[in-house]
Amino acid sequence: MSVAEKYIGAKQPSKPETIYMLRLADNALILGQRLSEMCGHGPEMELDMAMTNMSLDLIGQAKLLFEHILTLEDLAPNIDVLAMTRPLEQYTNCLLVAQPNVDFAHIMLRQYLFSTMQKLQYEALLESNDITLAAIAEKSLKEIAYHIRFAKSWVLRLGDGTEESRSRMVDALDCLWRFTGEMFAQDAGLMAMVKTGLTANFTLTYKNWRLEITHILSEAGDLSPPDTARMIMGGHQGRHDENLGHILTDMQFMQLSYPGLKW
Amino acid sequence: MVNKEHLLDLMAEIMDPEIPAINIVELGIVRGIEDSTPPNIVITPTYVGCPATDMIGEMIREKLDAAGYDDVGIKNQLSPAWTTEWITEPAHEKLRVYGIDPPGAHTPTCPRCGSANTKLISEFGSTPCKAFHACKDCLEPFDRFKCH
Repeated sequence: MSVAEKYIGAKQPSKPETIYMLRLADNALILGQRLSEMCGHGPEMELDMAMTNMSLDLIGQAKLLFEHILTLEDLAPNIDVLAMTRPLEQYTNCLLVAQPNVDFAHIMLRQYLFSTMQKLQYEALLESNDITLAAIAEKSLKEIAYHIRFAKSWVLRLGDGTEESRSRMVDALDCLWRFTGEMFAQDAGLMAMVKTGLTANFTLTYKNWRLEITHILSEAGDLSPPDTARMIMGGHQGRHDENLGHILTDMQFMQLSYPGLKW
Repeated sequence: MVNKEHLLDLMAEIMDPEIPAINIVELGIVRGIEDSTPPNIVITPTYVGCPATDMIGEMIREKLDAAGYDDVGIKNQLSPAWTTEWITEPAHEKLRVYGIDPPGAHTPTCPRCGSANTKLISEFGSTPCKAFHACKDCLEPFDRFKCH
C-alpha cells in the first residue's frame, strides 16, 4: 500500500451509530474551520479572540467525536485522515455550518441558530446508551452555553442597533433561515438512533426552539423569521452547496499534498 | 506496589503550562490514581479544545518516566466534566497573586487593586478558561477565571 493510499480517504461508515456520530463531528469540525477563518480578521481584538475560542471548542468537540468513531469502526488509520481527507460528498454536516463569513451579522446569526440547536441535540445525548458519547455531550454543553450567550447578545445588539447593523441582520436572516429546517429534520439516520437509545428525539423540541428564536428576534429590533418557501436540505446526505467545497480546498490542502504529515 | 501519595506529590510538581502559578492537581485536572495494574493517573481536560491538554499529558509522561514510573499509565476521563469548583482554595489565592481573578460567586474583582468596580470586556480571554475584564478604578485589564 502506498503512503497516499494509506493516508488519503477514509472508509465510509456502515454502522448506523457511526453514521450519526460522523454528522455531529462534521458539524463541529466545519463550523470550527469556518470560524477559524476569522483569526486575525475580527472587527476588534476581543471579538477575534471570541470567534477563535469558539472555533477551538468546536474543533475540540470534533476531535473527541472522531476519536470515538474510530473506536467503534475502523474507518481510517487516525482521526486526521478521517477528518481531513474525505471527498466532499462524504461530509455529512448540515448546510448551515458551511455558510460563508459574509459579515459579522451573518457569523453571529449562524452561530446563534446553530448553537441553540446544538444545545438541544446534545442534551438529547445525555441519557445515551453510549456512555462515551454522553460524556462528550456533557462536557461540550458547558461550552455551548457560552457560545449561545455570546451570539445571542450580538444578534440583539445588531438587530436593535443602527439602521446599518439592522439591515445586515435582516440580510443574514434572509440568507440563513432557509437552512434551519434541515437541522431539525426527522430523517432516517436520526430516527434509527432514537430507536436504539443512542439519542433522544431532540427534533420534538423544534416548536419551543422556534418560539425562543422568534422571541429573541422580536427583541432584536423587531425582526422576524422570513417566510421561506422551502427549507434547503441535503447536507446530512452529503449533498452540499459550493461553500463546503471552498472550505475543503483550504482545510485539506496540507493533508492531501503531504499524505500522513505530522506537526 | 505503587505509592499513590508519592505519585500525587509528583503530579503536584507539574505546573499548568498556561497558568504556571498553579499546579495541575490544584487546578483539578488530576482526578486521582486508578487502582489498576499497572495504575493510571486519571486526568480530565478543562475545555475540550484546550491545546494545553496534550501538553499536560506529555509533561506527566516525562515526570513519571524520570521518576522510574514508566509502567504507570495516563487515562483521559471526560465525565464528570471539569468544573472550576475543583480548583482548590489555596490555588485561588495563588491565582490572585498571579493577576487572575479566581472563579466564584463573587462580583468580578480586580486582582491588583481589589476594586469590585469593573467591566466585562470579552467573554473570551487569553485561554479558553478565562474571560477578560478591566478595572474601572486602577484602569488595568485583567483575566477572570470563568465559572464553569
